[in-house]
Amino acid sequence: MQINVTLADGSTRTIAAQEGLSVMEVLRNAGILDGECNGSLACATCHVWVDESWLDKLETPLEGEEDMLDVAFNIAPTSRLCCQIIMGPGNDGIRISMPHPL
Amino acid sequence: MTVNVDVAIVGAGPVGLFAVFACGQLGMRTAVIDGLADPGGQLTALYPEKPIYDIPGRSKIRADALVDDLLAQAEPYEPNYILGHHAQACSETSDGTFVVTTSGSRKVFARAVLLAAGAGAFGPNRPPLEGIRAFENKSVFYHVGRRDRFAGKRLLIAGGGDSAVDWALSLAEVAQSVTVVHRRDTFRALPAAVAAMQADPRIQVETPYQLVGLDGVDGHLRAVNIGRIGGNAKRIGADALLALFGLSGDLGPLADWGVHIDGKTIPVDAKTCETSRSGIYAIGDVARYPGKLNLILTGFAEAATAANAAFARVFPGKTLHSEYSTTRGVPVSTQNQHFQTA
Repeated sequence: MQINVTLADGSTRTIAAQEGLSVMEVLRNAGILDGECNGSLACATCHVWVDESWLDKLETPLEGEEDMLDVAFNIAPTSRLCCQIIMGPGNDGIRISMPHPL
Repeated sequence: MTVNVDVAIVGAGPVGLFAVFACGQLGMRTAVIDGLADPGGQLTALYPEKPIYDIPGRSKIRADALVDDLLAQAEPYEPNYILGHHAQACSETSDGTFVVTTSGSRKVFARAVLLAAGAGAFGPNRPPLEGIRAFENKSVFYHVGRRDRFAGKRLLIAGGGDSAVDWALSLAEVAQSVTVVHRRDTFRALPAAVAAMQADPRIQVETPYQLVGLDGVDGHLRAVNIGRIGGNAKRIGADALLALFGLSGDLGPLADWGVHIDGKTIPVDAKTCETSRSGIYAIGDVARYPGKLNLILTGFAEAATAANAAFARVFPGKTLHSEYSTTRGVPVSTQNQHFQTA
């Protein structure tokens, strides 16, 4: 199971992921993001852009996720908080990008 | 104004407050410094009404009630609370006493420092716009302060919560014009207030838009560029920007303390919680060592570990007599806790 990440500088990485972990946990373990609130929807430090082709494979964001996206910056139509995306067979190979600075 | 204590605690979150007790049990007097005006850290600032289920011995406790209990537990030790002050600098005298200087120019003299800084000092969640700092407090603001500073101005308010909506309604009375920019059509505010804002002819609501750039000279705004989410940008003439995106933690102020910081955490020796700088300890979420769990209960244990480690520094040559709190008891307080605020 893996996650394909495009970093803010444009480089790409493929990261091994375990089923049942959130994308945030996998990326935090890889040192790519902070995930400060540990998935409790109290921050937006795991804001990512999900590749458009993967977006409709994911569940609709909860209200709490939408609320926290309100305090994220550089929002795209495919913005998500990746602590809410749990790795499973349905999103093995998911492609995401780290928002680059404005 | 100076304060003399044994241990300076930076951060009045749950772990910093318990550190008052942990130090107090060992006879060490404490001062607690926090940038927020109220104690409790994230429990107070971010989730006071949420229940917590993993405090040992408490099957369920609201975050604000836990803060109250921690204050009560600390109270017999008469900690010196210095709230509304950021701990800014830390120097050391020739005899090894630390001097922590606060943003309100207090000096705290202590033999040891405990950093219970959580995710860092809370400051405004600053939009990452190029050059924004040059505009701050001149034409870009993160809180209203005085309403009259927006009088006659073309004001742009960014954000989608209660404060954005309420201030739009309030400041429309004094500003020349008010534009509210938010990334989606839904606002996190009372429906009646949102309806009033949308119906107000003095307020222009721009959704789904976000901030993308500032235009101005010498800190004075001329315009703000806003971008449609997934679309094009446009320019809104503005004299002032009120950016209301809540709070964000920042370890930045600790950068010059001579303590090794790795990203948003401070590596410590798990046996003592001591940082790379002798006499400065880190506890709670900010402290990291292999196997660290970011839980309040872990932070409580670290407070006790750091207090024990700091004892030898505070009382050189004195033997640390090991005793349970059931034996040691707690002092009877002679005065109510006193909070100093900026």
